[in-house]
Amino acid sequence: MKRYLPLIVLVLALVYLGTTFREPHGRVGFDLGSFGRIPILLNGRIKPLDTVARTSLLSLQGRQRLVTPEGRSLAPGEWLAEVLYQPEKADTYRHFLIENAEVLDLLGLRPEEGDGGKRFSYAQVRARAPELERQGRLAEETEAQLRSPFQRQVITVRNRVVLYLRLKATLLLPDTTDPAGEIAAMTGLARPGLDATEQRAREALANRLTYMDRFGYFRVVPRTQGEGALREWDTFGAAALAALQAGRESRGVSAHAELAAAWRTGDGDRFNALTQELHRMIEAIDPVALRKGDFETRFNAAAPFSSSMGLYVLAFLLGVASWLGWTEPLRRSAFVLLAVAFAASTLGIAARMWLEGRPPVTNLYSSALFVGWGAVLLCLVLERMYRNAVGPVAGGMIGLATLVIAHHLSLSGDTMEMMRAVLDSNFWLATHVVVITVGYSAMFLAGFLAIIYVVRGVLTSSLDRGTRDALYRMVYGVVCFATLFNLTGTVLGGIWADQSWGRFWGWDPKENGALIIVIWSAVMLHARLAGMVRERGFMGMAVFGNIVTSWSWFGTNMLGVGLHSYGFMDAAFYALVSFVVSQLVIIALCLLPEAKWRSADSR
Amino acid sequence: MKPFLESLKVFFVSLRLTVVLLILSMLLVFVATLDQVNLGIWAVQEKFFRSWVVYWTWPKLGLAIPVFPGGYLLGGLLLINLICAHVFRLSFTWRKVGLQLAHGGLILLLIGELLTGIWQRESFLRMDQGETKSYSEAYTAVELALVDVTDASEDQVVVLPEEWLARRPVTQHPALPFRVAVKAYFPNASVERRRGAGPAAGVPTATQGAGVQLAVNPLPITYHRNERNTPAALLELIGTEGSLGTWMVSIQLTEPQRLAYQGRAWEIVLRPKRTYHPFSLTLLRFSHDKYPGTEIPRNFSSRVRLRSADGRDDREVTILMNSPLRHEGLTLYQAGFDNNDTTTILQVVRNPSWLLPYVSCAMLFAGLMVEFGLSLAAHLRRRRARIPQPA
Repeated sequence: MKRYLPLIVLVLALVYLGTTFREPHGRVGFDLGSFGRIPILLNGRIKPLDTVARTSLLSLQGRQRLVTPEGRSLAPGEWLAEVLYQPEKADTYRHFLIENAEVLDLLGLRPEEGDGGKRFSYAQVRARAPELERQGRLAEETEAQLRSPFQRQVITVRNRVVLYLRLKATLLLPDTTDPAGEIAAMTGLARPGLDATEQRAREALANRLTYMDRFGYFRVVPRTQGEGALREWDTFGAAALAALQAGRESRGVSAHAELAAAWRTGDGDRFNALTQELHRMIEAIDPVALRKGDFETRFNAAAPFSSSMGLYVLAFLLGVASWLGWTEPLRRSAFVLLAVAFAASTLGIAARMWLEGRPPVTNLYSSALFVGWGAVLLCLVLERMYRNAVGPVAGGMIGLATLVIAHHLSLSGDTMEMMRAVLDSNFWLATHVVVITVGYSAMFLAGFLAIIYVVRGVLTSSLDRGTRDALYRMVYGVVCFATLFNLTGTVLGGIWADQSWGRFWGWDPKENGALIIVIWSAVMLHARLAGMVRERGFMGMAVFGNIVTSWSWFGTNMLGVGLHSYGFMDAAFYALVSFVVSQLVIIALCLLPEAKWRSADSR
Repeated sequence: MKPFLESLKVFFVSLRLTVVLLILSMLLVFVATLDQVNLGIWAVQEKFFRSWVVYWTWPKLGLAIPVFPGGYLLGGLLLINLICAHVFRLSFTWRKVGLQLAHGGLILLLIGELLTGIWQRESFLRMDQGETKSYSEAYTAVELALVDVTDASEDQVVVLPEEWLARRPVTQHPALPFRVAVKAYFPNASVERRRGAGPAAGVPTATQGAGVQLAVNPLPITYHRNERNTPAALLELIGTEGSLGTWMVSIQLTEPQRLAYQGRAWEIVLRPKRTYHPFSLTLLRFSHDKYPGTEIPRNFSSRVRLRSADGRDDREVTILMNSPLRHEGLTLYQAGFDNNDTTTILQVVRNPSWLLPYVSCAMLFAGLMVEFGLSLAAHLRRRRARIPQPA
């Protein structure tokens, strides 16, 4: 048993990953998988409806799972179909996350009326929606940094409601009972010589379509001219208006209207046939869009990063357990789990790279993924060299922590954004950004290794001389590695700045953050060389490196100034402060006199 | 004397000094970054980095107390420390070649930043589609231009720099038939339509030109990133037979004011300081691509025609984000746009030391690679010798 444990763990982990590729279940008779794969254009990126469903759900309610009032669990694709095609039903779904007591009061709601005390439906919010809109406008007039918690929450909730209303206005004529019929009747309204009633009907229809064009959330009809990312897509409203004016049926429009009708009447076969037809129509114009949409849907469903999360936890636990007994089999099993989790993350990052056509790090979300990825890679290397289970423990911790951070960052919407002009440079994204992110990984790894050293040394008697030496050498090596990458990455950033706006160094907060990391690693190396610190001091400094790096990574973005700031994140601010405090506590532990360490005797 | 020099040497080659200076620099950068929220990026650079000592002003007394070494002092000491260490402590051996290289790169980087601080000049070039320009304009500095426009084919220009206006003398220039007396100069002031009551106390009024209807409202100098100072001045022109009147000039009054004197036509304007270049640019087309269906900018680019004064160059160039034009020691970057995408704004930078960071980056990277590579190799050798590999 002991001998085969790592093998068993490997097989179980792979089987678990395999199960994530299953197709989700949904409304009987409807091919919701194909529906989710229909590509659309939103925020400049062509993506499948499945992604729209998931990111919308995350924005609305902070999670992808939704339970209907009847207690049925809905997959994101089915939820989106209900919102798009049968909004009178979706209005009863409790998918607005409202936690702030003052906002609840504003909407005349009590927590006990919500799902889990915090999720509410549009039907519940509707009566006070105008007041919410008014308060949202008032709050927006205040500068972002000066807004009160109430004002920030009002804006968030208002934006959630607006997002939902925009989704509803995307593909379905407002207040229609017969979407396909009304669209089909359009052709008749184009001929000359309409009587007054017909003229009024035409104008009313045009107004409703204009509203859909202005307010609809995404674009569904690709134009035939243009190529790839430069191709324009039309909203349903705009395409339908054009068809109305031309007096010709546009299949791109009527197919969508019929799809809505099929969903509403419960005609599964018709729904599936229309989905296939839409696939074929888009494939004829932009085959890459369909291929990527298909891939992205599978990627979304497999959710490699959340699978990795569980595996990282297990790797960490098995690693810690190996220090207590049954050492070698548990250590090997932990290593196997770390390797499988790493492989899943690697596939996930590679998939994102292919979908975006970009190097791995393009925004804060992907930087979190990559920081974890880089640190875990280093851990695997260290574990191969030292075989003391430190790799799986540190790797499990950092892997999990970065994925949790990434999850929270993903709540604000689609994590694959289009790059603004100055960032639109794959060369610099691939060099400066990747190098500096690997530098962050190494700094965090050094810090977490030092945490293992301090916690094991102070609180347990398991830190023997050999482990101690090994950890010291590991931290030193990783700090050297971090210095190399941070320094090179920072200077490369300067060169990018020189290339794009003519200033090698601008004292921008993010640049300063990177500089502080570089200086701190230099301080560590020189203090050690000068004999100013020894093993324990060096470990304390490595833990402080966590504070320095986290400040550079997130703290600088919170200042709300400079070219690198991506907006003020107040929730993250408290998380950062707690992290800093926790690190200070560990440094304080590290400074305890040697005699107080429980491992003092095992030297 | 000898022991003093000796102790000085010991002080400057010490590694402890390095560590202390590095920690101080770290604190300086950190506090400066936080202070950007209050002061804005430019004021922070002057206060913390381009200074020898950082002062803290005691609000009640208005007393400036030196509280921390500034960027020049710390950078300078680090440079001395580094050079001393290399001269006196680190003898050259092949094992140390990586460190030598990395530190050499660092020295070059520090020197490069110093030279950039001294030499770098930034200005901008704003062109409408079809317009041709051979000069760029300063971001903040202004100048007073007095232009004799009598001859349709050639202008005679006399330019008086801002510092001159601020010092308020009366100036006589051989090319000017009148003297110019500065009655008031404001580094930042708004110009408003004059309302019923008289002007603010102590502010003279214009008696000629566009300023007759206007009043100057002095403002405190701003350091904010998104705000610009708008200088203004009141000038009296004095001819041989006495005063010609008082004119108001302001950077907000972009149209030149005209006056006729002794049969010649003059224009007078306060404008951004100009730098003329030995070439001209014509904006052929500005493009601003957005991602379909969004306002997210995808790319900005300017197609320009470049013609040098000596006629050697006459070609079309595209300047776009991340791809500047380097010409005649200047670098021209796509910096902005205006007027519904028909005007381009190029940033013009002269920095003779621009190559140094590239060289130092290569040296740093190579040096650290060698140093850590050698350490890692030695470490692995020792490990292999010490522990037998488990089977």
